[in-house]
Amino acid sequence: MKNLKFLLVGMCFGIILIKSEVISWFRIQEMFRLQSFHMYGIIGSAIVVAMISILLIKRFNIKTIHQEAIIIPDKQFNWGYVYGGLIFGLGWALTGACPGPIFAQIGSGILVTSVTLLSAIAGTWVYGLLREKLPH
Amino acid sequence: MDIIKQSWPWYAAGPLIGLIVPALLLLGNKTFGISSTLRQICAACIPADISFFKYDWKKETWNLFFIAGIVIGGFIAAHLLSNPGPVGINPKTTGALQQQGIKDFTGLLPQDIFSFRGLATLKGFVFIVIGGFLVGFGTRYAGGCTSGHAIMGISSLQWPSLVATCCFMIGGFVMTWLILPYLLQL
Repeated sequence: MKNLKFLLVGMCFGIILIKSEVISWFRIQEMFRLQSFHMYGIIGSAIVVAMISILLIKRFNIKTIHQEAIIIPDKQFNWGYVYGGLIFGLGWALTGACPGPIFAQIGSGILVTSVTLLSAIAGTWVYGLLREKLPH
Repeated sequence: MDIIKQSWPWYAAGPLIGLIVPALLLLGNKTFGISSTLRQICAACIPADISFFKYDWKKETWNLFFIAGIVIGGFIAAHLLSNPGPVGINPKTTGALQQQGIKDFTGLLPQDIFSFRGLATLKGFVFIVIGGFLVGFGTRYAGGCTSGHAIMGISSLQWPSLVATCCFMIGGFVMTWLILPYLLQL
């Protein structure tokens, strides 16, 4: 079961999301109302720690546990990042959740958010359907 | 144990989230990002002959294990490590939301809206169903969400991810300040 380790990492992530209240609608509201540093602190310090880790991996040519070279694919800009980003932002403030937190909310027993998840899957599906017609 | 049971401050939670990035890279060359799992689910369950969903999704099953882990982690945190008190948000936020009609501040989400009872109302439908749709459509259109762009993308110095993250924030501010007050009156 080579994927089991990812289940364990996911578990850690889920626990952190709940314990830090990142999945709380109130916390997201507080962030967008600029009334707390909490969410900015979490996202900012996560970026800093991840950035240092990646720099170390690159600097010392650290390999995966299977001795493969670590590759991070480059993202190519397209205008979908802007249009899609704005649309996601609207949904983020409405639902108080990004995709990761939705799964943590469901696990924590807030079962109505499984409807949020189904709706997000539907949104992804509709994007796939319309993709060729949308500006990118 | 008491420290674990309290809600965690940002300076503990943020760095721990940051460590997920090297953990996934070291364990299997995987880049952190959750919203791609929604595409995976579409490809696996409802591909409908759409080219965007015709790819070898089975090669990427690791991320389905990852989200299953998030669900389990959510369960563990809520049932074994829980902090029974309400979320300690800024009283200014509470006050503003109260003025806009939110009554219940006991859980992680306002239960006036986010409950099956709420779902049957127009307000609940807009927040849960329309909101969820915008999240799913927007993240895929943007090629990622807060994990894929804001954390993974910016930390690996990809400027398009910085653009996407700024747009996430702009969208959120527009909703919170300009649209939400009306939606809360529904």
